[in-house]
Amino acid sequence: MAAAGGRTLGRSSFSRATSNPVASSSGASGVKIGPNGAAFVSSGIPDLDRILGGGFLLGSVVMIMEDADVPHHLLLLRCFMSQGVVHKQPLLFSGAMKEPRLFLGTLPAPVSSSKEDGRYRAMGAAASSDGQANDEGLRIAWQYKKYFGDDSRAEHKDNKQEFSNDFDLRKPLERHLLNGQNIECVSIQDADTLSGLQDCCTSFLSKLPRKDGGSLTAGRIAIQSLCAPQCRYFEKDWDMVSFIRSLKAMVRSSNSVAVITFPSTVLSNSFCKRWQHLADTLLSIKAIPDEDKDLAKLLTGYQDMVGFLRVHKVAQTNSQVPVILEASTLSLKLRKRRSLVLERLNQAPVDGSSGPSSAASSSCSSQGSQLDF
Amino acid sequence: MEEYGGGGGDLLSEAMGSAARVVVVEDCVEAPGAFVLHLLLKRALASGGAAAFLALAQPFSYYDRVLRKMGCNLSLHRRNERLHFFELLGFPGGAREGTIADSFVRLYNEIQRLVEANRAGENAGQFTVVIDDASLLEVVALGSVNDVLDFLHYCFALTSEMNCSLVVLIHEDIYADEENMGLLLHLRYIADLVIKAAPLSTGLAADVHGQLSVVNKGTFSEQRAKAQKVWNFHFKGKENGADFFYPGTRH
Repeated sequence: MAAAGGRTLGRSSFSRATSNPVASSSGASGVKIGPNGAAFVSSGIPDLDRILGGGFLLGSVVMIMEDADVPHHLLLLRCFMSQGVVHKQPLLFSGAMKEPRLFLGTLPAPVSSSKEDGRYRAMGAAASSDGQANDEGLRIAWQYKKYFGDDSRAEHKDNKQEFSNDFDLRKPLERHLLNGQNIECVSIQDADTLSGLQDCCTSFLSKLPRKDGGSLTAGRIAIQSLCAPQCRYFEKDWDMVSFIRSLKAMVRSSNSVAVITFPSTVLSNSFCKRWQHLADTLLSIKAIPDEDKDLAKLLTGYQDMVGFLRVHKVAQTNSQVPVILEASTLSLKLRKRRSLVLERLNQAPVDGSSGPSSAASSSCSSQGSQLDF
Repeated sequence: MEEYGGGGGDLLSEAMGSAARVVVVEDCVEAPGAFVLHLLLKRALASGGAAAFLALAQPFSYYDRVLRKMGCNLSLHRRNERLHFFELLGFPGGAREGTIADSFVRLYNEIQRLVEANRAGENAGQFTVVIDDASLLEVVALGSVNDVLDFLHYCFALTSEMNCSLVVLIHEDIYADEENMGLLLHLRYIADLVIKAAPLSTGLAADVHGQLSVVNKGTFSEQRAKAQKVWNFHFKGKENGADFFYPGTRH
């Protein structure tokens, strides 16, 4: 219940929604205001925004644990950076590569809202309305609900297209968008220490102060493979974790979000945990084995999956309650081979021919050995 | 007989008993334990005492909002000088004068001054020093565990010499390896009370966020020595506090 009589103490967990729906469509700055003074920028992947409760929280640090076998963290990073370019948000990119500028050439362009997409969204809306109507007469098994699409997709289409874009991973971002932009690139491969990067971040963030209630320009920092072994500072464990700590402190008081990917397996367990504790939002990528018959039997749509994404922690403003997601492991898929979607995992229908008990036991055992949901 | 507003604090306060001198809160990535710190800070301020809060993890605005939802106004306490807040996000700061040890010494001196001032004051209530968190102190010290241990031992000395208690949060999953367990073992040794938050073996759940184990060594009270020492129960974090309940008793 809302606070009565103007008392500020003892406020319950219900907070009056102060977010102005009109403000959320301030697409020019690409910032969405949420409850509790939270401001979000899009991650570049609409599904991920939805799962994280709005997007990446401004003032937070997002860390993505890479999988050594697959480069999917780059997909996430590219969508994040492209979204910033599309919204004309200042971007600082740092990578464990000689020429970070070249990475900009791999940024994807937004999916052009062609007739095809218009039809797809209309289909989605129609199907969902049909589904609603049919629900009374027909009981839909829970695992098939996903085929009826998302209601919100059709409704908030306009808002969504301003705040969050679908990116076509096969099409590079247009040159002219990159040229006129405030994009800074720093290479950390040959750096002996991280102090250079830290100075860049300090000056970048000093131009993006945080003010309550304003949807000022939001900035993005993207750091790829921070603890990559080829970097010269790689041995300096304490320097690296100290850098993250200072970056987090600076980001907290600025109107920006930092996304850091790192190959967690090259760090010691102890330091890996330290990095994980420092993250506000923690994600990890897991590779999917090719041609895994057990997995193919267990999950629907296995053939289309390129990997798993696991959500370990979700940033929140000013709250001590952890975010419990319905599903913390999601599958990464490429819809029409070009845009990244995240889907909940669905167990495939049990094969009736092999008998219920044996199928159940085989799927249980494979689940125990390989999958870690 | 501590008054806990909002109910649900009963199991924890029962397990903790009367004020312990040194409380160590352990947690891990899957089960964050900061909410226990918030509860203890609220409890320290509610019983008329004063507190010094060393915040390395979050800025003041965060704690202010979180505690406000729990019914404790940190801004007011800070204005009334019942709460001394050290915002240490950027500690030791840009212009580092001297070594890390010097910065720790300066910090300790300030804390000692506060504790002494509190003891000499009119309402010499309980003074609590809260540290969030010890693992970040190590990062500040760039790995020099000795500096951190020195600092913590000086704070620990305050608890025995003056009417002061110490609450420290540490991430126990960082110290899982044998080689670097030093800080964790030291803290566990000097602690009167160890509160450990851990996830459930079955994973995450909306109704139960994890399990809490409380080990009460009872070193400070004779009656306590005969009472129950180890408690295990489940918890669920809420905006205005937390619920503690035995497994299976959740309605």
